[in-house]
Amino acid sequence: MAITPPTVRIWWKEPIAKVELIWIVIAFIWGLVMFFMMIYWHGAGQQNLSNEAYKTTPEQYAAKANAVVEAHKVRDEAGYPVVHPPAGSDVYLIARLWQWWPILELEKGQTYRVHMSSMDWQHGFSLQPTNINISVHPGYDMVVTMTPDQAGEFGIVCNEFCGIGHHMMIGKIYVVE
Amino acid sequence: MAITAKFRTCPSTGLKVHDQAEKLIKANAVAAVVFLAVGGLFGLMVALTRWPAVHLLPADWFYLVLTAHGLDILLVWIIFFEMAVLYFASAILLNSRLAAPKAAWTAFGMMLIGAIMTNVAVLQGNSSVMFTSYVPMKAEPHFYLGLLLFAVGALIGCFVFFGTLVVAKNEKTYQGSIPLVTFGALTAAIIAVFTIASGAIILVPTLLWSLGIISHIDSLLYKTIWWAMGHSSQQINVSAHVAVWYCIIGMVLGARTLSEKVSRMAFLMYILFLQLASAHHMLVEPGISSEWKIFNTSYAMYLAVLGSMIHGMTIPGSIEAEQRAKGYTNGLFEWLRKAPWGNPAFAGMFLSLILFGFLGGISGVVMGTEQLNLIMHNTLYVPGHFHGTVAAGTTLAFMSITYLLIPLIFRREIMFKKLAQLQPYCFALGVAGISLFMMGAGTLGISRRHWDITFADSILSFEVPGTAFLMLGLNGIFAILAALGGLIYVIVVVGSVFFGRRIGDNEKVMDVPATAAVTQYGSAHTVSIPGTVVLVAVFFTAFVLYYFVNWKYLAEVWPLR
Repeated sequence: MAITPPTVRIWWKEPIAKVELIWIVIAFIWGLVMFFMMIYWHGAGQQNLSNEAYKTTPEQYAAKANAVVEAHKVRDEAGYPVVHPPAGSDVYLIARLWQWWPILELEKGQTYRVHMSSMDWQHGFSLQPTNINISVHPGYDMVVTMTPDQAGEFGIVCNEFCGIGHHMMIGKIYVVE
Repeated sequence: MAITAKFRTCPSTGLKVHDQAEKLIKANAVAAVVFLAVGGLFGLMVALTRWPAVHLLPADWFYLVLTAHGLDILLVWIIFFEMAVLYFASAILLNSRLAAPKAAWTAFGMMLIGAIMTNVAVLQGNSSVMFTSYVPMKAEPHFYLGLLLFAVGALIGCFVFFGTLVVAKNEKTYQGSIPLVTFGALTAAIIAVFTIASGAIILVPTLLWSLGIISHIDSLLYKTIWWAMGHSSQQINVSAHVAVWYCIIGMVLGARTLSEKVSRMAFLMYILFLQLASAHHMLVEPGISSEWKIFNTSYAMYLAVLGSMIHGMTIPGSIEAEQRAKGYTNGLFEWLRKAPWGNPAFAGMFLSLILFGFLGGISGVVMGTEQLNLIMHNTLYVPGHFHGTVAAGTTLAFMSITYLLIPLIFRREIMFKKLAQLQPYCFALGVAGISLFMMGAGTLGISRRHWDITFADSILSFEVPGTAFLMLGLNGIFAILAALGGLIYVIVVVGSVFFGRRIGDNEKVMDVPATAAVTQYGSAHTVSIPGTVVLVAVFFTAFVLYYFVNWKYLAEVWPLR
């Protein structure tokens, strides 16, 4: 029994019961299936996170974001600039205590290189209701190539705890036809 | 060397019990239960705040209490109890004296001071940084110092355990190999050393940074090393509670494992592969290659998951084999129907096994899949998963073995027997609900660690689906049920330990089945276990279906690359 030393001294030479052996083989194969599924999805799937990221500083990153805002701002909303960048271009999203800045207006079916970085603490980009969740760090410029395939109004919730105003940190993306 | 260890012989098991080991087990277990009570109360407050109709605490208190809940339950309750398990699995099960009791008391003292220090830091209000304390968000220096003290204390405890194994071997207190339970505890202790080393590597510079001595800590580097502690410490739990499961079925039923070789190999896989799971937290971070993510997140092709899946068959299989040997051979499930469901140790253990596998295990593998993490990372799905592993799995397993420790180690009769019988069911139902409904809310995109899903104070707003409110309400209701189960546990434990009838020196309290060899193991002698095969098949089907359903969910979100 499990709380006493094995009754057979040379326990490692005991044969394994067939039912156990079968289960070990099935479980092992299932592990391989799950392992290769991730690799398969890199080729066949549409949803893979990019490994593209650059070291940056808050100042450098903010300068790039401001340039895009100045070039492509279409209107203001609730104190936020709304930016409508050209399809295929680089779009910069700033995460800081406690806002996602600016508001983006994207076109359905077009592809954008969306950059994300934080000016201060860690934040979490959580695009709702489509439910895409990505970590945002200070000092790292992460590039995610996105193709919005639904039109509508999307919220960006911060899902990495960032202090007392964390629950007020909401951003917005409009996807237009 | 003159050894003046004092022993008594346990009338129920025939084991020799070293009085220092016994005292240390008591001290660590009592400290554990105190922090469980405190941390559990914090947990209830968290759930009641997230219930939108109740919304109990203001935001600052919510984040403070959530930080304290994570620390007190995930770290303090569990590791204190694990110290008790380590001393029990070494000194007691091996008939040995405990090596270096003074060091063990020092360890206990450091852990206690550390735990109190960190709690004080959190309650002072300037260290609401969550359990993870991600930089560059800063806590007070004594927050980190308390954690370090606690961790070093635990490390000393692990070395006392290793020392005891050496002492027992040298003094020939047992024959042959160490028991399976001790082997499982050894697994936990080895993983603990790796875990605590990782913790020290990251917490020492973080402490210096909070004191202003170091100017910058890279947030990505912090996260990678911190999770080598944070996730590995949960792997200590897995090893420890699997050992506890084996211990309970051994002591309550006299069940031996189907095959020592298979069960030990499964534990060995934990040592070899579980540490890679730090990657589970790095799947949506910037600048980490997919190759690294895939290899590490799958524990090198799911070999540690294989270990758990093996235990998932051998444990119910051992119970079935033993019950069938006792004559419960009718149909597929007479062995299970006629199991001692009125014994809270057994009932809790079996519920813990089922919930850990179905809720915690499956969701963990799914969430830890590189691409699937995109639709789950930092949503409520994450706490939903780990309440399936840590609350329903580890905590319930530890609660269950307490019902054996009280009569055998504390030598008190369990008080409020009816309540005690009800306790595992009440707690299991509660935590199962917590786990399921948080996962449900997470699937709807609801963020974890978030005070207000109506975003009422925010400039820009966004409306979450109405179902999410329902999920959080149900989560609150089941949290009350779990808290009730926790409260009954604390009442039964405190009542029995301080006011229970004392058990005499020669009084046999429990029929621990004969420790002599029951039967042989090996294929020729193994009783067939058809009921377990059915249970495992149900589990496997659920696993495969749920896995692929989530790929379907993923395929519906915006294309990304």
